[in-house]
Amino acid sequence: MKKGNLMRRICADGYLGLVLALLYLPIFLIIIFSFSGTSNFRFPDGFTFDSYKALFDSEQSAGLLSALKYTAILAVSASVISTILGAFSTIGIFYLNKRVKKAVLTVNQLPMINSEIVMAVSLMMFFALLQFIFPQGMTRLIISHVAFCTPYVVLSILPRLQKMDPNMYEAALDLGSSPFGAMIKVVFPYIMPGIVSGFAMAFTLSLDDFIITQFNKGDTGIETLSTYIYEDARVKSLEPFWFAVFSIFSVVMFTLLLLINIKKSGNKEAKVKQ
Amino acid sequence: MNKSKFKFRFTRRAFAYPYMAFLLLFVVVPLVIILINAFLDEGKLTFANFAEFFSNAGGGLTVLGNSLIIGLVTTLICLAIGYPCAYLLAKYHASNRVLVLLFILPMWVNFLIRTLSTKAIFMSLNVELGMGTVLFGMVYNYLPYMILPLHTTLVSIDHSYIEAAEDLGADRLSVLLKAVIPLSVPGIVSGITMTFIPAISTFAISEILSGSKIYLFGDAINMHFAKTTNSLGVGSVMSLVMLVLVIVANVIVNLTNKEEEVNSVL
Repeated sequence: MKKGNLMRRICADGYLGLVLALLYLPIFLIIIFSFSGTSNFRFPDGFTFDSYKALFDSEQSAGLLSALKYTAILAVSASVISTILGAFSTIGIFYLNKRVKKAVLTVNQLPMINSEIVMAVSLMMFFALLQFIFPQGMTRLIISHVAFCTPYVVLSILPRLQKMDPNMYEAALDLGSSPFGAMIKVVFPYIMPGIVSGFAMAFTLSLDDFIITQFNKGDTGIETLSTYIYEDARVKSLEPFWFAVFSIFSVVMFTLLLLINIKKSGNKEAKVKQ
Repeated sequence: MNKSKFKFRFTRRAFAYPYMAFLLLFVVVPLVIILINAFLDEGKLTFANFAEFFSNAGGGLTVLGNSLIIGLVTTLICLAIGYPCAYLLAKYHASNRVLVLLFILPMWVNFLIRTLSTKAIFMSLNVELGMGTVLFGMVYNYLPYMILPLHTTLVSIDHSYIEAAEDLGADRLSVLLKAVIPLSVPGIVSGITMTFIPAISTFAISEILSGSKIYLFGDAINMHFAKTTNSLGVGSVMSLVMLVLVIVANVIVNLTNKEEEVNSVL
């Protein structure tokens, strides 16, 4: 390698490193100082687990636990429902005639491209209008989460389906399988990678959502982690308690996503965006 | 054989119907409700909501203007930081998926966590909350959304174009300006939309990082729908304005992508 190239390479990596450092600095600082037991970014008492102990015995503990519970229920039900709905409908969409297919896929894109706040507001007014059918509470939240997660599931399965050799399905039929049996035994296994990454996508999207949940949670006392953070930490300054919560949540999220992505690094078609 | 083929296609197509009904009910109808609400004031059909917003009576237009400026500045800073990142990643680390992933991952940590962490750090450093901190928070939040589409486009550029430019005597700068950047226009456009649209419509980031001093369009929409204020009509008009911006942005993205397809066919 020429000397000029080497210099360029070092500068390039230096720049990339700098941007990465900037991206991760706030989270790293929070994690480090979650062990200080204070919220002023100093170590007056040295290394301590006080912030983590506060998770269990502070006044917000009950609220946090309930928020965690609702976040989990919501993320699991929304991602399971949208994966099932998405998997079957993608197969259906694939066999629609061209014009209808294009229309459905355009509407399917709406929740992805639309500004979150517009979608949140529109659902809120919709539910308010039909409040006798959709009571406040989890029903509304699950429906709205399914509404913004399913499009991603559809778009992560569709490319896989497009690549599938149609003869495989025909062969199954020729060999005596029923259409439904062929779908379960031939089509589904083939599109499974798309289904799995769609599910992972739906789960993380639901877990991460704030705006749509905030507008549709109503006043039944349901808070998810995001809305609870917003209600509690926005007003007061960040207490040590929150340092611990943020650290745990960030670390869990990073590990989860690194694992998912490293695992699927083989199948590139799982790329969802666009 | 033809008959059986038609039959299985018909049965499989039916799997799309429940979802089509779902989309209609929970995506299209709610947007139509916004549209109708924009023309309603205390149950009467009227243009008053539009008049109120576009005459800037409640200051909504000023907020929109400010948001557009802040969104634009955020987007430009993200592009200035993000383009070199995506370019260098594609040039030197195209095969290193984990490194690319590291640039994208922060967008999956809840933005409230990141924003509140940033605020806590600013406060401990005695940095006064205001426009500067809001801009920092916005760039910090949206940078991954800029890098992702740019990187996707840049790695997919056919390397023979760059080699051809080099063979024909272009120096590094000309290669960058006349080959790489023009070829990455679709990525630039989609990066700009993915940053700009959320940046103008977000709520909470500006509120948190300015100590409730700076309100953006998203915050304004939020306030119109709060229980205490009763201005759903004006809020709906503002949502419509936002929706129009989203649609315009996506039409532009689609147009640039089409051009790209045409170019690659030629």
